[in-house]
Amino acid sequence: MAFGRWFKEIGFRHVIGVIAVIYSVFPILFIISAAFDPRTGLTLSNDLFSQFSLENFTSLFNDTMFWRWFANTLEIGIFSALGTVLMGAAAAYAFSRYRFSGRKQGLLVLMVVQMFPQLLAFVAVFLLLMTLGDVVPALGLNSKMALICVYWGGALGANTFLMYGTFNSIPLELDEAAKLDGASHSQIYWTIILPLVTPILAVVGLLAFIGAFNDFVLANTVLSGRANWTLAIGMNQWVGGNERSWEWFAPGALIAAVPILLVFLFLQRYIVAGLTGGSVKG
Amino acid sequence: MTDVSPRTDERVKQKEPRKVFSQATNWGPGFLTKLILMAAVNALGLYVLVNAYTAGSWVVFGGMALILVAVDYVYFSKKTLALKYLTPGLVFLLVFQIFVILYTGYVALTNYGAGHMVNKSQAIDAILMQNTRRVEGTAQYPLAVVRNGSDLGFAIIENDEVFVGTADQPLEAVDGATIDGTRIAEVPGWEILSMGEVTENQTDVLALRVPISDDYEADGAIGTQTGTTGFVFRSVLTYDDSSDALTNEETGTVYTANGSTGQFESADGETLNPGWRVFVGLDNFKDAFGDGRYAGPFVKVLVWTFAFAFLSVATTFLLGMVLAMTMNDERMRGRKFYRTIMLMPYAFPAFMTAFLFAGLLNTKYGFFNEVLFGGAAIPWLQDPWLAKLSVLFVNLWMGFPYMFLICTGALQSIPSDMNEAARIDGANGFKVWRYITMPQLMIQVTPLLISSFAFNFNNFNLIYMLTNGGPRFEDSSVPVGSTDILISMVYQISGLSGEASRNFGLASAMSIIIFIIVGAVSAYSFKRSRSMEGAQ
Repeated sequence: MAFGRWFKEIGFRHVIGVIAVIYSVFPILFIISAAFDPRTGLTLSNDLFSQFSLENFTSLFNDTMFWRWFANTLEIGIFSALGTVLMGAAAAYAFSRYRFSGRKQGLLVLMVVQMFPQLLAFVAVFLLLMTLGDVVPALGLNSKMALICVYWGGALGANTFLMYGTFNSIPLELDEAAKLDGASHSQIYWTIILPLVTPILAVVGLLAFIGAFNDFVLANTVLSGRANWTLAIGMNQWVGGNERSWEWFAPGALIAAVPILLVFLFLQRYIVAGLTGGSVKG
Repeated sequence: MTDVSPRTDERVKQKEPRKVFSQATNWGPGFLTKLILMAAVNALGLYVLVNAYTAGSWVVFGGMALILVAVDYVYFSKKTLALKYLTPGLVFLLVFQIFVILYTGYVALTNYGAGHMVNKSQAIDAILMQNTRRVEGTAQYPLAVVRNGSDLGFAIIENDEVFVGTADQPLEAVDGATIDGTRIAEVPGWEILSMGEVTENQTDVLALRVPISDDYEADGAIGTQTGTTGFVFRSVLTYDDSSDALTNEETGTVYTANGSTGQFESADGETLNPGWRVFVGLDNFKDAFGDGRYAGPFVKVLVWTFAFAFLSVATTFLLGMVLAMTMNDERMRGRKFYRTIMLMPYAFPAFMTAFLFAGLLNTKYGFFNEVLFGGAAIPWLQDPWLAKLSVLFVNLWMGFPYMFLICTGALQSIPSDMNEAARIDGANGFKVWRYITMPQLMIQVTPLLISSFAFNFNNFNLIYMLTNGGPRFEDSSVPVGSTDILISMVYQISGLSGEASRNFGLASAMSIIIFIIVGAVSAYSFKRSRSMEGAQ
C-alpha cells in the first residue's frame, strides 16, 4: 500500500489516537510528576519530571491522617459493595426465577424509586440519622456503619435491573436439572446461579465501591469527626478550600488512584458490558 | 419483565406437598446457619427496641417492631420463598431510600432549619433556660463542674450529700461520692474538671443551667458564676398553658405563640429564640420561585443546570463517537493499547480529577496559564463564562471515555454489509455515516444519553470540587455562584456545607423540584427505550 493511501485509510487514525492518548494521560502524568517533586508546596510545579524525591510521601505519611482516611474509604467502599452485590443479586434472582403476587408491581416500584437519586435526600438522611443516633449510637451521625447502611439503601434501586437481565439470560433448565438431582433452593442459588453471573456481580460491586469512593455529599453529611473521614472529605480540606496542600494531595491521589485503575484495567471487558447496560459516570 | 414462564408456576405447585425439601423441616447446616443469623438479627432488633423504649423514640420503636415481625415471618414461613431473597434489600430500601425521600417531602413543607430545629415544648424549655436571673437571698451551694464524655454537668453539696445533674437531667443524689471539707473530691461515673479546664470551657459553664427538679419553672435551676459556688437561677419568663404565652415578669411583656411562624411574638413584633418547627405548606416552594433572595439565583442556576447537563452529554458524546469511529477499523494496529489508555480518565476517581484540574487551571501558577499560555494570567475559574467553559472542559476529559466505550460497543453491533451495500450504491463516507451509521448508533445509545443527562444534572462533585460553584453572584445573599448547579445550590442552602445558616425546609423543597425534573427525564428515557425495543 502506498503511504498516501495508507495514511488516508489507516494512518490518520493513529494520529488521532496519539492525540487522544496524550489528552487522556497528560493529567495523570502531571500528578505522578507532582507527587515526586519536592517543590510541590503551595503551588504545583510545572516542569514535569525535573526533580525526584520522596519528600512529599514522607510528609503525607507523617503529618496527615491519610492512611486513616484511606482505610476508612476502603472499609466503607468494600462493605458497601459487598452488601450491594448480595442484596441486589438476591433480589434480581427472586424477580427472575419466582412468580409471586406483586412481582410486576414490585419491579415497577423499583423502576420508579430508581428515578429518585438518594443523593438528593441528604437533608432527610441527616435528620433520620440524628434521630436514630439517640437510640442506637452505632447508627447515628458520625458512624461509618450508618453511612454503609445508607449506601445499602440504594442497593436494590440502582442495580436490580442491571442484574435482572443477566439472571434472565441463564436458562431455567439449569435450575430444573439441579432440582431433579436433589439440590435445595439455597444450593441452586449459591453454587449454580451465582458462579454463572460472576461478571455482572464484579461490575456491580466495582461500581458500588467507586460510588462510595467518590461520594462527598452523603459522606460529609454523615461523618463529622476527622478520624472517620473518607478521602473525599479529607482531600477536600487539603485542596478544596483556601488551604492548598498540593504536596499532600499529589502523592495521596496517586496512591488512592492506583488500586482503582488496576481493578478497572483487569475488569475492563466486564465493565464495558455492564456500563452499556445502563450505569453511567460522566 | 414479561411473564414468560408458566413452567415455573407448575413447578412450584407440584413441589408444595413434598415436605422433604421444605427448609423448615430440614435440619441441615443450611437451617442451622439460618437459625444463627435470625437469632443475631432478633437480638439486634430487641436491643434497638429496648433503647428506643427508654429513649421514648416511638417512631423508631414502631418501625423496628414492624421490621422485626416481618423479617421473622418471612424467614420462618414456608410460603414466602421469593421474599426470603428480597427482604434484606427491601428493608434497607424502605428505610434509607423510600422513607428518606418521603421525609424530604415532609421537611419541604415545614420551616425546619436554623432557629426552628426543635419541637414546641423543647423550644419553651430552651427559652425559659436561656432567660434566667439569679434569685437573690437563696442558698448557695459548693459546686464542682463535672463531665461525662461530652456532657457537662454540675455536682453540688447539700446536707452533706452530693447531687449531680446536667442541662437535660435534673439534680439527683449520687452514692459513693467523696467530700473533702467543702470540696467535692470524687463523683463516681463523672470526671471533675480542674480550674484550668473550667476556664477553657468558660462560656459553656457560665451558660449551663441544671434544673433542681423536673418542675423547672417552679424550683429553678443551679447556675454558677465562679465555677465553685452554685446559685439558684430562675427564669424571668413564665409559660402559661391556657393562653399559650410567655410573660416576662420584669417588664410585663407578653409573648404569644404564633403557630404559623413557629415563634413567640410580643405585640410590638419582638420574637424569642429559638422557635419551633411548624407546617408551612408550600411556602418553601413559593420562596424558591418568588422570594427575591432565592428566586433570582434559582432561575439562573436552573438554566445553567440544563445547559450544563445538555452540553456535557453533547460534547462527551461527540468526542467519544469520533474516537470510536476512528478506532473502529480492524486493519488498525494497537487498538487495544489506545483503548486501554483512553479508559484511564474514566477510572481516575472523579473528585480527584476535579481537584487536579482546579490546580492545573489556577490563574497564577497553573500549568495551563504558565506553560500552555506562556504566563498569561487567564482567570479560568474566576470569570463567570470562563468558569463555565472550564467546567465543561474538565467534564469532557472525565466523560468522553464512557461515550467512547458505548459507541464502540454499538458500532461493532452494526452489520458491516449495510455499509458495504451503501458504498456499492455510490454513497461517500459522509453519506454512509449520515444515513446508515448514525441512525443505527442513535437507536442504541439514546437511552444511555438520557441517563447520562440525568447523571450530569446532579454531577455534584465536579462543580463543588472544581469551582465550588464560583464565581459567586455578587448581588446574592445566598452563597451561590455562576457554575452552581441545582444540587450544589441545594447543598449550600441546606447549610450542611457550613457556609450559610441551615435551611432544611427550603433545601428539601428544592430537592423535590430536582426529583421531579430528574424523574420526568428518566420516565421519558424509560418510555423511549421501551418504544425503541418495539421498533427493533
